[in-house]
Amino acid sequence: MSLENKEFKPKIVAFCCNWCSYAGADLAGSSRLTYPADVKIIRVPCSCRVNPMFILRAFEKGADGVIMCGCHPGDCHYSTGNFYARRRMTLLFSMLDYIGVENGRTRVEWVSAAEGVKFSETMNSFVEKIYSLGENVRLGDLRCKN
Amino acid sequence: MYKIAKENLSALFRLIAETRELYLPVRTAGQTNYAAWSEDAEVDIDTLKTVKSAKDAFFPQSEGLYTVKKEGKKISVEPEALKEQDFVVFGMKACDVKGLEVLDKVFLSEPVDTFYAARRDHGTVVAMACHEPEETCFCKVFGVDAANPASDVTVWTVGEDLYWKALTEKGEALTEAVKGLLTSADDAAVEAEKETIHKILENLPYMNLSLEGWNGDALSEKFDSPIWEELYKSCLACGTCTFVCPTCQCYDIKDYSAGDKVSRYRCWDSCMYSDFTMMAHGNNRTSQMQRFRQRFMHKLVYYPANNDGMYSCVGCGRCVEKCPQALNIVKVIKAFQNQGGEK
Amino acid sequence: MQELVNRAKELLADGTVARVLGWKAGDLPYNPEPAYFEKAEELVDFVYNGFCGANLSKYMIEASKLEGKTMVCLKPCDTYSFNQLIKEHRVDRDKAYIVGVGCKGKLDIEKIRKQGIKGIELIQGAELTDEADTLKIQTIYGDKTCAYADAMLERCHVCKGKEHMVYDELIGDSNETKDADRFDEVAKLETMSPEEKFAFFQKELSKCIRCNACRNVCPACSCRKCVFDSTKFDSSQKANVDSFEEKMFHIIRAFHVAGRCTDCGECSRVCPQGIPLHLFNRKFIKDIDELYGEYQAGADITSKAPLTNYTFEDAEPSIVGKRG
Repeated sequence: MSLENKEFKPKIVAFCCNWCSYAGADLAGSSRLTYPADVKIIRVPCSCRVNPMFILRAFEKGADGVIMCGCHPGDCHYSTGNFYARRRMTLLFSMLDYIGVENGRTRVEWVSAAEGVKFSETMNSFVEKIYSLGENVRLGDLRCKN
Repeated sequence: MYKIAKENLSALFRLIAETRELYLPVRTAGQTNYAAWSEDAEVDIDTLKTVKSAKDAFFPQSEGLYTVKKEGKKISVEPEALKEQDFVVFGMKACDVKGLEVLDKVFLSEPVDTFYAARRDHGTVVAMACHEPEETCFCKVFGVDAANPASDVTVWTVGEDLYWKALTEKGEALTEAVKGLLTSADDAAVEAEKETIHKILENLPYMNLSLEGWNGDALSEKFDSPIWEELYKSCLACGTCTFVCPTCQCYDIKDYSAGDKVSRYRCWDSCMYSDFTMMAHGNNRTSQMQRFRQRFMHKLVYYPANNDGMYSCVGCGRCVEKCPQALNIVKVIKAFQNQGGEK
Repeated sequence: MQELVNRAKELLADGTVARVLGWKAGDLPYNPEPAYFEKAEELVDFVYNGFCGANLSKYMIEASKLEGKTMVCLKPCDTYSFNQLIKEHRVDRDKAYIVGVGCKGKLDIEKIRKQGIKGIELIQGAELTDEADTLKIQTIYGDKTCAYADAMLERCHVCKGKEHMVYDELIGDSNETKDADRFDEVAKLETMSPEEKFAFFQKELSKCIRCNACRNVCPACSCRKCVFDSTKFDSSQKANVDSFEEKMFHIIRAFHVAGRCTDCGECSRVCPQGIPLHLFNRKFIKDIDELYGEYQAGADITSKAPLTNYTFEDAEPSIVGKRG
């Protein structure tokens, strides 16, 4: 199968915090709002649990985009987790941009449990962005490519 | 004996690359290492020591062994193919060539390492006499003659020319393939060059290093010496010395999971690392002193004990140049010398 | 240097310290090694010259576990690292007698070699007492000269200043060596296109041989067991089969020391392949300075590190795309 003819189906990883964003995704589902099946959600206890290594690992194993969702700043279930996460992700994304990885491939959005609509819209726009960027070739591990 | 003008070298490389893979010193981002030749590669045969040795051409830092794939309920195992393409390594120095001899004794004795053996079968070595040896060199100590590398083809740099002499069948075959670019020459210029090199070697600070006391029988005497406790202290436990070394041959075998398949590969290991020879029960070398001692004992005692007295150091001096904290095998040898009879 | 030796002898003699951590003369003109001295007579090998570039702070982690005090020679930039280690409870201030040594810029043998100077027998002008701005180098291929500044480590050209952050006493003079801004290179890279940036880092990191020298020398990398050494961690930490592992290692290494890295420059000094590793650390430092306010790790032992701190108004990660 040659790569040129293969239709691009992006793999997108979404880290969602247990208390807000994952519940937001639930709400999106129960409200029958749609978002593309390309998004694979990984539930984490708090956005602060997301280690920069998680993001890089996802890219290594073949993700084309990684998005992290958490409670709105100030609303963290653990009070301050997302504040730390915010600084970490800002620095990490800046570093990825610095080494030449397209910066649209990573994103952070704050989605509360009441924001099913926002969740669906966020995922739709992120997936669209990844479609426009195409396959991730700069951060993957060759051994994971078929 | 043949010769070729230096300005015709790119034509020579192009010609070799037509029928064989060609590895030679290439400069990338300021550092010279062995790499595959290509039209736009910045070939650098003037640098005496590449950062890594040419070991990679025969024993790559990482190489796949086999891949296990799962399709439905079926599991298939695909071994990695052995090297089948002939290749040439151009520009190896006498010490690196001797390094291959050290590796041969390990990998070609029973049980033979098939990956290494295939590469040795298909590889032709064009060795280059050292034009300007440096202060970190001590090859003579291990019986290496920098002016006369013994390999398939030997070349000498004299002025604007490269003198070429085939020494083996493989070397003759390569010479035949590139004959159109070579012209016959007598060996007067080469003899003069050899003499010059020998004179320079005489004056190098490390060339008269004594290996007295280092042999396969010195095991317990050296092993139990209190000197190691002093020597290892500034060691960072990094793997620089082992990875730039032309004779270090230890490797680790690991698995890499790519979801639907697992590839088993081997990669160089370093006795300086804490997970070196790690087993289920833990590690048999628990301190950095023990790991540090292992490296030098292996080079100067264990290896000679198993290989008729041949040392597994060839005096290339890469560790002397590259150790971040300026430790090296020469300092170790000297430390034992200075402490003489003390136990 | 003699002043240092004399002081070391006094401190050993009156029992203030049990050992001295300094440098031992090498067997070539440029390879002194970090060493401990426990007796006055061992100090005949003590040396302090332009090639004593190693940051001895890291050794103090181990020395802090030993009986008695250790006299340690720290250059101005090393004291930042020491402070940072105090802050992280990795060294014991009471176990150290810090002699702040003057610094006139440290030399890099690689830079001398890069100028085509080889077969070095003797180097004059690297001694601290020398005011010479030129190195006279005697080689087997003739006498050479090299400007002191041209042989200096990269970090000395962007020196943080010659003031010691922590010390018990000071010995020796310093010379200003700074002649460039440390963020110049980072800023230049930032303006490149993604393709150019990627090509640049790909080329540099393709040289990495996974020797871990950068990690092991780093005073901020003080974990007892590094995540990359864990056998349970799915990483090909010794393989350089593929460029991804190298990228991940260097990004994560820099990330783990972000906000704690004092920019001592040891990682770049020790890299056998000459990879400019400081470019990773400085990128984080530059971002931290710009986004969360100027911060110099190791300048004090009380302030909160940027990554264990926050404000409600912090920039959102989307700022990365907007800064241009």
